[in-house]
Amino acid sequence: MHLFHKTNIDFLRWRWHAVILSWIVILAGIGMIATKGMKLGIEFAGGTAIVAEFDQTPSIDAVRQALNRNYSGGGEDAIVQNYGDPAQHRVMVRVPQVGGERGEDLSQVAKSVEDALRKGGLPHFTVANTEIVGPAVGEELTQKGLWAFFLSLAGILAYIAFRFQLSFAVGAVVATVHDVLVTLAFLAFFGYDMTLNVIAAILTVTGYSTNDTIVIFDRVRENMRSHRRESLYDVINIALNQTLGRTVITAGTALLSAIALFLFGGEVLHGFAFAMIVGIVTGTYSSIFVAAAIVTFWRRKQLRPATASAAVPSAPAATGAAQSKRSKQRKARAS
Amino acid sequence: MNKNLRWKILLCLAVLILFGVAGVYPILASMYHLPAPQAIMNKQLKLGLDLKGGVHLVLRVKTDTALRVETELEMQRVAEAARTAGVSVGATTVTSEKQFRIEGVPSAQDAAFRQALASTSVETNFDRAPGANGTYTFTMKPNVERSLREEAVVQAQQTIERRVNELGVAEPSIARQGQNGDNIRVELPGLDDVNRAKNIIGSPGLLELKLVEQGPFPTQEAALQAYNNNLPPDLAIVPGTSDPANAGAAPGSTIYYVLRRIAPITGRDLRSARQSLDQNNQPAVSFTLSNDGARRFGTLTEQNIGRNLAIVLDNKVFSAPRIDGRITDNGQIFGSFTTQEAQDLALVLRSGALPAEMDYLREETIGPTLGADAIKSGVIASVVGLVLIVVFMLIYYKLSGVNAVVALLFNLIILLGLMAYIGAVMTLPGIAGFVLTMGIGVDSNVLIFERIKEELEAGRPVRASVNAGFSRVFMTLLDTHISAVIGALFLFQFGTGPIRGFAMTLFIGLASNLFTSTFVSKTMFELALGRRQQVNALSI
Repeated sequence: MHLFHKTNIDFLRWRWHAVILSWIVILAGIGMIATKGMKLGIEFAGGTAIVAEFDQTPSIDAVRQALNRNYSGGGEDAIVQNYGDPAQHRVMVRVPQVGGERGEDLSQVAKSVEDALRKGGLPHFTVANTEIVGPAVGEELTQKGLWAFFLSLAGILAYIAFRFQLSFAVGAVVATVHDVLVTLAFLAFFGYDMTLNVIAAILTVTGYSTNDTIVIFDRVRENMRSHRRESLYDVINIALNQTLGRTVITAGTALLSAIALFLFGGEVLHGFAFAMIVGIVTGTYSSIFVAAAIVTFWRRKQLRPATASAAVPSAPAATGAAQSKRSKQRKARAS
Repeated sequence: MNKNLRWKILLCLAVLILFGVAGVYPILASMYHLPAPQAIMNKQLKLGLDLKGGVHLVLRVKTDTALRVETELEMQRVAEAARTAGVSVGATTVTSEKQFRIEGVPSAQDAAFRQALASTSVETNFDRAPGANGTYTFTMKPNVERSLREEAVVQAQQTIERRVNELGVAEPSIARQGQNGDNIRVELPGLDDVNRAKNIIGSPGLLELKLVEQGPFPTQEAALQAYNNNLPPDLAIVPGTSDPANAGAAPGSTIYYVLRRIAPITGRDLRSARQSLDQNNQPAVSFTLSNDGARRFGTLTEQNIGRNLAIVLDNKVFSAPRIDGRITDNGQIFGSFTTQEAQDLALVLRSGALPAEMDYLREETIGPTLGADAIKSGVIASVVGLVLIVVFMLIYYKLSGVNAVVALLFNLIILLGLMAYIGAVMTLPGIAGFVLTMGIGVDSNVLIFERIKEELEAGRPVRASVNAGFSRVFMTLLDTHISAVIGALFLFQFGTGPIRGFAMTLFIGLASNLFTSTFVSKTMFELALGRRQQVNALSI
């Protein structure tokens, strides 16, 4: 069975469109984050969160009113949301306060939130989960996460530069950074919290994206040996077409498991799975349109065969064949 | 059958059994109540806190407080040495946690003062700087400071470990973390009383027995007035709680004792402590002293019959009974304890005092139901993902798809088994790592199969196409796996908690995937192609 049989698509023709599309998404994401801010999960922002398991699910408003009446911090700054499977009647209440950093006081806020809910005339509940994070923890996590990310990027860059060429390494790293930015943008659009799990997903996406890119580059490298006569432009296009079936099938199967996580993975994995889905799509897109395009921008001179090769009798014919192939495609698309 | 092939098959089976026994069998055994030796069940994959439920605490060791204790001690030694040398010094003050000042050393006695210093350890641990009017400032040397801070964290961790072990929690995890290395992460699976855990882990547990000079007084001012507002430096005012035996103060109110600063007996002299009952059948804590401690306690009580001895815990007087006679090796602490509190206090005393104060940076209680739900949804998601992939592979690659599916299952078995062997903990991000591993596993097979198809289309014979497919893709797989391993290693090295768990799963998954997708899958192809010289078609 074949999804794509002997395709001959001129992917690189679309590279400028791709650049514009990517910038639009990234800039929109940056704008969104700059104006509204990224929603930070409790492990980064600090604060107190409790998950209460009610006998019957109360309305979010009722919970908020209970906080307004009985909790000194009020319900204004609190995040109140249904948590997980509706059949479990769980509600999460998150307040920014942490309480003192002293051992005795740390759980004070959690206790007063719980008391406020108990006095608030809500259905009976038990506390299924409490999480209290002091402000110092978040800073450290952010710093460590960023370090981990940049160092792993640097490591991958060095490896690809060593195994391939610098232009390939730059292409792969730009594509990876691109994927991270696009994923962040989509997380911001859809209002997901930045949690440790989401960070793990983004890091997975970077791994996935470089994986995809390397497969294509590997084919480009192979073709550079077997198709010496053709321009880099054509060599890359041929490699993209040859690996297209694999690229789409892999993305499809990875997407299948990410969608399964999204649908069935429960509340905790929701953000993770969402980031994975976006990351897989953008990772596939970027290894075709961004990574390869960067290589062509970087090595513009080699795009067309060197003029010196015109002295060789068969070279013009080869170039002519490649160009006529391209013009044929354009015609085909136009019709 | 080819001899080479037979070895390959045997190796595959050996790997399957080796990892299946540790990774898969215990899970099946506990699900279906199958018989299993204890040794295997003990090795089984552990669940992380997010799946099992429990208490997760992050504490910061305030190493400054440990430094201050050392600085104070050094200052007292210097003052003492000066006194014995007959040098009269003025005020002595601790100016910061690593600095103290001695004022008013008469210039005539300057040389004698310096000589007195030589008899103490102050010169090795502190830098001395002279100032105006016979003032000396002592600053702790940086290397001493560093080692003291390090020691404080190590001791705190050891103390916490002892306390947690006494608490009887199964499989606790206590680890240092943080930028300065002064955070301690404590995970207590299966425990749900966070307050009790915090009390036990974070209470300083410093027990001191000190002689009472005067008191109790109803207020601090009253205690000071007894000394004309000029408390001698070797005495201190310590608060306590009044009990009905104290005349003149309402029971339960705070009262003040004037105690000797130096404690002849401390928690270090304890041999054991346990919960007991006092004369009124109320819970109390009994302790026994070590031989050395008992000797000193004997002398102390013998020489001070009739006086009161304060039992001070964490700088609070618990009781101050009168010494009626010589006591050697045991004593009792009573207050208004519940049995649980008395037990916990005995536990804290047994495990020794913390070297420094602690802050709680983070605490989390995960209810067991939430953890169970998380496992359920994680497993459902993984199974659904797996089934979808299997169905797709079988439809798209037909019989060769079976090959890919077997390789995939192999991969998961190795992953589970290896994690069980190295004692890795399964967390929620770990499950996510599982899903990713499945994705990478499928990718490797797709790469190989697509390549085989290409070779077949180029008109090569089946066997040559299969060989070319594997050998050509091998380099690609190596590149993708190595770069992913590089990424995973950095994540593991620099990440925290869940990210590390994820990186660990990914790392193991990558290694096992390289084996299954190249070796196992290739062996299966060879097995299927068999010995036939001519194979005309491949179901791919």
